[in-house]
Amino acid sequence: MIMQIILAILLLSPLVGSLLNGLIIRSPSARLSGTIATVAALVSFLCAIVLTSSVMSGNIVEMSWLWFGAGSFKANWGFRFDQLTSVMALVVTGIGTLIHLYSVGYMSHEKSPFRYFAYLNLFLFQMSVLITSSNLVGLFVGWEGVGLCSYLLIGYWFEDPEKAKAGLKAFLVNRVGDAGFLVGMFICYQLFETLEFQAINSLIDTKTGFNLHLLNLMAFFLFVGATGKSAQVPLYVWLPDAMAGPTPVSALIHAATMVTSGIYLIVRLNPLFVVTLDTNLIIASVGLGTAVLAGLIATSQNDIKKVLAYSTVSQLGLMFLALGCRAYVAAIFHLVTHAFFKALLFLGAGSVIHALEGEQDILRMGGLRKKLPITFWTFAVATCAIAGIPPLAGFFSKDTILHFALMTNFSLWVGGAVVATLTAFYMFRMFSLTFLGTYRGTVHPHESPAVMWVPLAILAVASAVGGFLGVPHEFHFLPNYLEDFLSPVVPSYSFEGTSSLGAFEAMGITTGLALVSSALAVFLFSKAQRAGGVGKGFSPLRFVFSNKFWVDELYGIIIVKPFRLISQFLSSIFDPQIIDGGILFLAKAVRGMGGLVTLFQTGVVQFYLFLMLIGTVLIFWWFLKGWVI
Amino acid sequence: MWANMLLPLCVIPLIATVGVLLLPTRWSKVIALVSSLIGLILCIPIYLGFDSIQSQTMQWAISVPWIKSLGIRFAIGLDGLSFPLVLLTKLMMPVAVLASWNEQRHQKAFMACFLALDAAMTGTFLSTDIFFFYVFWEAMLIPMLLLIGVWGSDQRVFASLKFFIFTFFGSLLMLAAIFTVFVAAKAQTGVYSADIASLTKTMLSPEPLWWGLSVQDLVFWGFTIAFLIKVPIFPVHTWLPDAHVQAPTGGSILLAAVLLKMGTYGLLRFSIPFGNDSFFKFTPLIAILSLVGILYGAFVAFQQTDMKKLVAYSSVSHLGLVVLGICSRNPEGLTGAVIQNINHGLSTGALFFLVGFLYDQRHSRKFADYGGLASVLPWFSFFIVFVACSSMAVPGLNGFIGEFLILLGSFKAQKTWGMIAVLGVIFGALYTLTLVRKILFGPITSPENRNLKDLSLKDYLVLIPLSLLMLWIGFAPQGLLDKMKPSLENYWKNPVSAYADRSNGENPS
Repeated sequence: MIMQIILAILLLSPLVGSLLNGLIIRSPSARLSGTIATVAALVSFLCAIVLTSSVMSGNIVEMSWLWFGAGSFKANWGFRFDQLTSVMALVVTGIGTLIHLYSVGYMSHEKSPFRYFAYLNLFLFQMSVLITSSNLVGLFVGWEGVGLCSYLLIGYWFEDPEKAKAGLKAFLVNRVGDAGFLVGMFICYQLFETLEFQAINSLIDTKTGFNLHLLNLMAFFLFVGATGKSAQVPLYVWLPDAMAGPTPVSALIHAATMVTSGIYLIVRLNPLFVVTLDTNLIIASVGLGTAVLAGLIATSQNDIKKVLAYSTVSQLGLMFLALGCRAYVAAIFHLVTHAFFKALLFLGAGSVIHALEGEQDILRMGGLRKKLPITFWTFAVATCAIAGIPPLAGFFSKDTILHFALMTNFSLWVGGAVVATLTAFYMFRMFSLTFLGTYRGTVHPHESPAVMWVPLAILAVASAVGGFLGVPHEFHFLPNYLEDFLSPVVPSYSFEGTSSLGAFEAMGITTGLALVSSALAVFLFSKAQRAGGVGKGFSPLRFVFSNKFWVDELYGIIIVKPFRLISQFLSSIFDPQIIDGGILFLAKAVRGMGGLVTLFQTGVVQFYLFLMLIGTVLIFWWFLKGWVI
Repeated sequence: MWANMLLPLCVIPLIATVGVLLLPTRWSKVIALVSSLIGLILCIPIYLGFDSIQSQTMQWAISVPWIKSLGIRFAIGLDGLSFPLVLLTKLMMPVAVLASWNEQRHQKAFMACFLALDAAMTGTFLSTDIFFFYVFWEAMLIPMLLLIGVWGSDQRVFASLKFFIFTFFGSLLMLAAIFTVFVAAKAQTGVYSADIASLTKTMLSPEPLWWGLSVQDLVFWGFTIAFLIKVPIFPVHTWLPDAHVQAPTGGSILLAAVLLKMGTYGLLRFSIPFGNDSFFKFTPLIAILSLVGILYGAFVAFQQTDMKKLVAYSSVSHLGLVVLGICSRNPEGLTGAVIQNINHGLSTGALFFLVGFLYDQRHSRKFADYGGLASVLPWFSFFIVFVACSSMAVPGLNGFIGEFLILLGSFKAQKTWGMIAVLGVIFGALYTLTLVRKILFGPITSPENRNLKDLSLKDYLVLIPLSLLMLWIGFAPQGLLDKMKPSLENYWKNPVSAYADRSNGENPS
């Protein structure tokens, strides 16, 4: 009972914070509204810790009551705090708290910070609903809810029409995925007659004779939902635009938490996805394809946040690669470490942007190592971590994924290795252009205040040592805490596959590639800086990458333009002219007939008598025709 | 004592109409507000007292003989089908009155029209006698016609005539259907009766008679065309945008929130019980029309430059969804349809109220005249975003419950229907958020907008309760659903018996 109350507090605390800030206090002071929001997030985090300890002692917290039902369908408000939720909740509320704290400094110059903090708290609430819900409908509540908060936060500076449009784009692209999610849910209900995770997962395990084709379809449509929220091909296009929002939002929502919900969804339903092999092939291919595509684009972006955005897309792709290889724990592991270092990278970028008064172009940065020492050092840790340099967090988690890819299919591993190489390259390119060399900007940068750098430092520690949560099995001497902890809900599936490459050899190759490309990037871009040749020169490849393969333009031609044209045709020609015109024409025809009849109303008595005569004759003829003829 | 529960709902607005006409103009508004608030307050005991287990039967029924030789009685009652709509009517009345608070032209007549409309709408939902149903149905037309034609915008006369002719055309077909049933019933039972429940027991032959259509088909279409025009469904929707754009705010609110619901109510109350076999035969046709309407309404809404027109076309889309829910022929879809009826009333009513709020200050409904209002009108913006969320079915708000159940039900009935209707989810977000963006976001383009005043007390009095209702239905709709549960769950087992207990319980076919 106590634990259920704590779970309720975990959920409601940010909601209360949001209502306080957004509807009641509405303080123009970032300090006051920020404090309320941060405390609300912290309370959630503390609750998550208490609940996790309860889960560790084998006590899973659940509560559930009827939400709505009709016919044989029932949807519950159901919440369940198990091992998987506990990992997610610690990440979401923990990093959430740090980012709330950071925002107090970052948003200090805003005129309506309460709005920002209200949205941010609301996001935390919705995200908590998403990860604690015990059924698909409840998860969908959070799923749409985080999308809404993302929309509101991307468009936070709504006076700028571009930013408002970016928010709209994010919401709409997500809705495309959500439509898939809904269809997945309907198939699920048809197959299992329930939408409760526990029931679905145990039904798959115990009952046989499911139509594998339908199972695959269900998995596929849920994955379509995931491609929207987790920014995968073909629906990733909203995430780079989402960088229009305040940078802490990018860190929390568009890197660490919301965008990982697609991965969470699939891991949550892992007993289903384990059997849907056809869908897994699609998931692995889409994941790898996205990872490579976004990695290539990231190598030629000059906006610091855009590089990070494409990097996020790419890393999420790696997680989907893991899911496609049925390496669910590996996906969650990378999700956690990625949350640490990507949040840190974004917050670091925010610190740079804040220091440079809004500058985001890395070509106009450089040499910030001396000017922003704390940002520099923490950023360096995160860069090394994501690049996969041992023994930082990214090294372990990425290696685990590549290991499973190798066990599944050699070509998947090759693709993964390419992604690892690209990651190291674009990250160190950005790192060198931002912090090394000489300063190329005009404003005088200053290091951020403590509220901003303390979260950076904490995340740096996590990025450095986070990898030890889930040390791969090759290192027998260290335990894999994460796998052991998650095993009741996410069992590790055995792999029959063997490969020509040993585990350590493969790891050596990818790590070597990462180190070489890091060094290459540092060498190239520090040197180019000195020569003043940054961003100069033309190469066809870079032309393609920096134009992002023209995917947005392509969508513009094949989706947006036709939609607009059809819509224009329907609203300005078809509806008024054809539909309404047709009906008005009928009306006119009726009036015309009325006009015809009025011709007979001459008012001349003789005419009426004449008509009467004709009528009488006709009537007689009608009755008598049988006799006459 | 209970028998008196429903009568005041109908009689109070009538008395108030007379009161408004007799007393000085300065009292008109107050009388209208007080009368509609009394109606709303009366809904509390009705909500609490309504026996959910008995929701298939008429409760608080009154039946007084009127024309004995024809079996016509003044008969009213409330069951699971009319229950939500009567509450919705009573809820939207004060909203409409408050929305028209600043109307200066012919206040007395204006408020009298509102109150007469209230009485007619309530009577339509409550009637259990087909004759009185028809009388109330037609009586509704007159005050609405006047509201549009007298207090409307520049094209008001055209719009009001269009509204009248469309609806009246349907009404005549319905009248023919009513007569057919009336005569057929006499032939079968030997006595005249106008009681809807007994009339539905009439056997109407499903045998093809004329061009493959049976008598039942003809009766079915007589009713159905009238109701589908009212809904309105594609392609007979074109009266709606004109009527909405021209109508004064209060008129638009009642038109969208209540009058359109007469269409879906009629389908459930008359079309399906009278023509069960025909409905079975024509379900695909009606479903396809509603699917077209869902997407078509959304496509057309997206391009509109006039706010009211956008909302009007969004109604075409939303009500297409309601009809689709009915076509799913299962309890999930039907429950969704009934809830979506209420949701659409709440959200569209609130949207029209908000648009009217802007119109009162700036006398423009064009998007081009707005933009960037979020920085001038924070509370207005809050409510418009909130209502937009409700309208585009963000889970946690009311819209989701209805939309989800309809989609689930239609997917269960026909996968392709569900798949196509799901696209409406995407487009719904598109036009709704476009509306939000065009009004609220971007820079302030016209300087007049800098001096706009934010919501006043009367606006809060309307918007806060509506928002709370949206939250309530979104978070905890089960109490409301339970009230109607038996009538909705059993509806498809035997649509006739959903209306009244059939002693022998046979299927009408």
